[in-house]
Amino acid sequence: MSVQQLLALEPPGWGGYLLEGLLTSLQVALAGYLLGLLIGTVGATIKRGDNLLARDLVSIYTTTVRAIPELVLILLVYFALPEAINQLLQALGLTKIEIGGFAAGVMVIALVQGAYATEVIRGAINAIPPGHIEVAHSFGMHPFKIFYRITLPEMLPSALPGLSNLWLVATKDTALLAVVGFTELTLAARQAAGSTKHYFLFLLAAGVLYLLVTLISNQVFRYLENRTSKGARHA
Amino acid sequence: MPKVSLFAPHRLVLMALALILCLSAAINMDWSWMERYSQDIIGGLWRTLALLTGTAIIGFLLSIPLGLAQAAGPAPLAWLARGFCTLIRGTPILLQLWLLYYGLGSVLPYIPGIRQSWLWPLLSEAWPYAMVSLSLCFAGYGGEVMRGAFKGVPNGELEAAQAMGMHPFTILRRIWLPRAIQRVLPTLNGELIMQLKATPLAATIAFIDIYAVIARIRQETYIIYEPLLLLALAYLIMAGLITLGFRYLENRTQARR
Repeated sequence: MSVQQLLALEPPGWGGYLLEGLLTSLQVALAGYLLGLLIGTVGATIKRGDNLLARDLVSIYTTTVRAIPELVLILLVYFALPEAINQLLQALGLTKIEIGGFAAGVMVIALVQGAYATEVIRGAINAIPPGHIEVAHSFGMHPFKIFYRITLPEMLPSALPGLSNLWLVATKDTALLAVVGFTELTLAARQAAGSTKHYFLFLLAAGVLYLLVTLISNQVFRYLENRTSKGARHA
Repeated sequence: MPKVSLFAPHRLVLMALALILCLSAAINMDWSWMERYSQDIIGGLWRTLALLTGTAIIGFLLSIPLGLAQAAGPAPLAWLARGFCTLIRGTPILLQLWLLYYGLGSVLPYIPGIRQSWLWPLLSEAWPYAMVSLSLCFAGYGGEVMRGAFKGVPNGELEAAQAMGMHPFTILRRIWLPRAIQRVLPTLNGELIMQLKATPLAATIAFIDIYAVIARIRQETYIIYEPLLLLALAYLIMAGLITLGFRYLENRTQARR
């Protein structure tokens, strides 16, 4: 078969299969990233807060998660966590649950992203002049309102470079799910390669797709950075 | 924010809890497999460390010209170096590794004469592929770091060296490179931990590191938690040692300012 035939969208070509894998990868990455941002926002708020115990617990979380390889975390979430949950459920007399590849992938990526996002967001909030938030407090604004009217718009310019980096890490981390047999882009490419014996072609094609995602994301984030830093004084 | 003492009450409670947790894990969990596999575990740890140090050294040596080309090289070289860094940083490491091992590995045997050459015994094993792939990966990420590092060295220092009549290579060796490395030590610490976290990927191409050893133990004994906990602990300790080492280096280089 020629290269065009191998990469054709319709079977027997494998192009459609690769694109499906890409879509799955992006879904896992996006869900994990958004959940991670949520964890990161909560983590950063706690780390800036007054509760000493909660602050230390968040520090333990960010330090351990950032030191353990994602591949090990995937094994822990995919194999050990369901077992632990099921043992607990059985003890309570409830039925067993199953954690699929998609859910495990989202959980691992959210866990990792949350740890890194905590540090990124904390740094960005620290860069806001404290007076701005104090003024909002003294106006009697609700904390949520302060967050989305003052904190969020003011921290975005300094947080976006870090957050764009994290998004790229999330898209690349989805590849690790191939190791536990979850068919995302990398495993799809390897399956296509294995059944046609064209290893170089398909792995290279997957690489090109990942690179495209990276380059397009870079453009999107550059646009966002320009937009959010409008009106900021450049030294 | 005021620094909290290590012996603040809540920390003492946390430490006591951690101690209880560790003790109960040591007593209640099943660690009997450790004795049988101790040789394998030590061998795996050793191979993980060898892969880490080997790839970090080769990758760092490669990242110096990559950073230099981007910071001060002629346009085509700078463009090539930037392209390489984008390529490495824009694709998953697992894919790079598989592309090299399965992709290149499936093409190589068709090169005439290669089976008779001295390279062949090397090319039919897994570790050279892991070594090359992870070295290139470290070089790609490090090149980006070194670019910023070279650019951050104050121009006056380089001009002063030039005015003293130093050879450009001597300037690089004595002033530009040491000053650049000194500035990015904390970043390099992070990069090295990233590299440590990338080493278990080599287990997917049959390189027997600590991750692969633990995976085999899990398959053979059907024990769920203990091997994974030991694995996580091993990586935690290695990452901690790397950070301690860098802290020592940072203190040493700062004292000499």
